[in-house]
Amino acid sequence: MTTTTGDRRPQAYTNPYLAGIGLGLVLLSSFVLVGRGLGASGAFNSVIAWAVNAVAPAHARSNEFIAGYLGDGSASPLKSWLVFEVIGVFAGAMLSGLLAGRTKVMTEKGPRVSVRMRLAMAFAGGILMAFGAALARGCTSGQALTGGALLNLGSWVFMMMVFAGAYAVAYFVRWQWR
Amino acid sequence: MMAPFFKYGLFGDQTSLVVAFFIGIGFGFFLERAGLASARKLMAQFYLTDLAVFKVMFTSIITAMLGLTYLSWLGWLDLSLVYLVPTYLMPQVVGGLVLGAGFVTGGYCPGTSVAATATGRVDGLVSILGITFGMFVFAEAFPLVKGFYLSGAGEAMTIPKAFGLPYGLVVFAVVLMALGGFYGAGILEKKIAARSGE
Repeated sequence: MTTTTGDRRPQAYTNPYLAGIGLGLVLLSSFVLVGRGLGASGAFNSVIAWAVNAVAPAHARSNEFIAGYLGDGSASPLKSWLVFEVIGVFAGAMLSGLLAGRTKVMTEKGPRVSVRMRLAMAFAGGILMAFGAALARGCTSGQALTGGALLNLGSWVFMMMVFAGAYAVAYFVRWQWR
Repeated sequence: MMAPFFKYGLFGDQTSLVVAFFIGIGFGFFLERAGLASARKLMAQFYLTDLAVFKVMFTSIITAMLGLTYLSWLGWLDLSLVYLVPTYLMPQVVGGLVLGAGFVTGGYCPGTSVAATATGRVDGLVSILGITFGMFVFAEAFPLVKGFYLSGAGEAMTIPKAFGLPYGLVVFAVVLMALGGFYGAGILEKKIAARSGE
C-alpha cells in the first residue's frame, strides 16, 4: 500500500487499535482536564469570525452566526479553546510525521487523475464539509468522536449520517483514487 | 479533587488554552500515527479495502467512554459538567449527510485535513482553504438557513436519557457493538484482500 520513493523508507503506520487507544486516552484527558472533548471545525468558525470582524466589524456584529464567536468583544475570537487545540493538532501530526519519515510535500491521488483536478475536488469537499459541520454544530472530531464517547444522541445520529453520506457518494468519486 | 478540573476552578482560562494546545498535540500525533493524515488511507474505509478509520474511531470512542463511565462511578468525575453539544436532530441528520459527502469528495474531514497539511499534503492544505471559504459562505448565508439551523429541541440529550435506559447498559451495548464491528471488519478485509489477490 505504501509507496516508497527517495532514500528514506517511511515507517509503517501504528496498529489501528493501539492508535485508537492512544487517541481515546487523549480524548479522556480532555474530558477530565477541561470538561470538553476534541474538535476541529469550530476553529474555522473562529477564524472566519476574526477575519470578518477585522474587515467589517459592524457587519460581523449584525450576523448572528459570526457574533456568536465574537463574545463580548473583550478578547480576540482567535483566543478560543479550539483554535489552540487545532494548532496543537498541526504540531502533533507534524511531530509524528517527521519522526516516522512520512512527511513529504505531495498531493494524495490515484494514478488517473491530474493534480489540478484532485485539488479542485479537495476544495469542493472542503466547502461541503463546512456546511455540514456548521449545520450539525461539529464535525467528525467534535461530534462523532467526542459525542460518541458521551453517548450524545445528536452525535450518534450525525455519525451514522456521515457514514451514510460518504458511502452513498463514494462510488461517484472513486476515479480520484483508482 | 474532582474532575473536570477546569470546571472546578483548578486552572483558569489562560491555562486552559495551553492545555488545549497540548491536547491537540496528542490528537494530531495519534491521527498521524494511525495513518489518518493520508487521504488514501482515509478513503480506503469507503471502498472497504482498509477499515482503519472505523477501527481507530470506535477504539477511541470505547476507550474514552469506559474511562468516563468508571471515573464517574468512582465519584471522581462529575459527568454532568462535561459539555454536550445540544441535539438538533434534523440539522444534524442533514449536516451529517453533507459532511459525509464532502469527506469522500475532498478526501479529508476537517481535523484530518489539518494533520495532512502538517505532513506536507497539498490536497490537505487546499481542503483547509475549502473549509474556510465554505464557512465564510455559510456565515454570510446564515439569515437564510437560520430557521432550519434552529429547528429541533436543542437540548443536551444522551441516548440513555432519550430512551429511558440505564447508562451502564448503553455503555455495555456500545462496547459489544464495537467488538462485533471489529470482528466483522477483520473478516471483511480478509475477504476483499482475497478477492483482489485473485
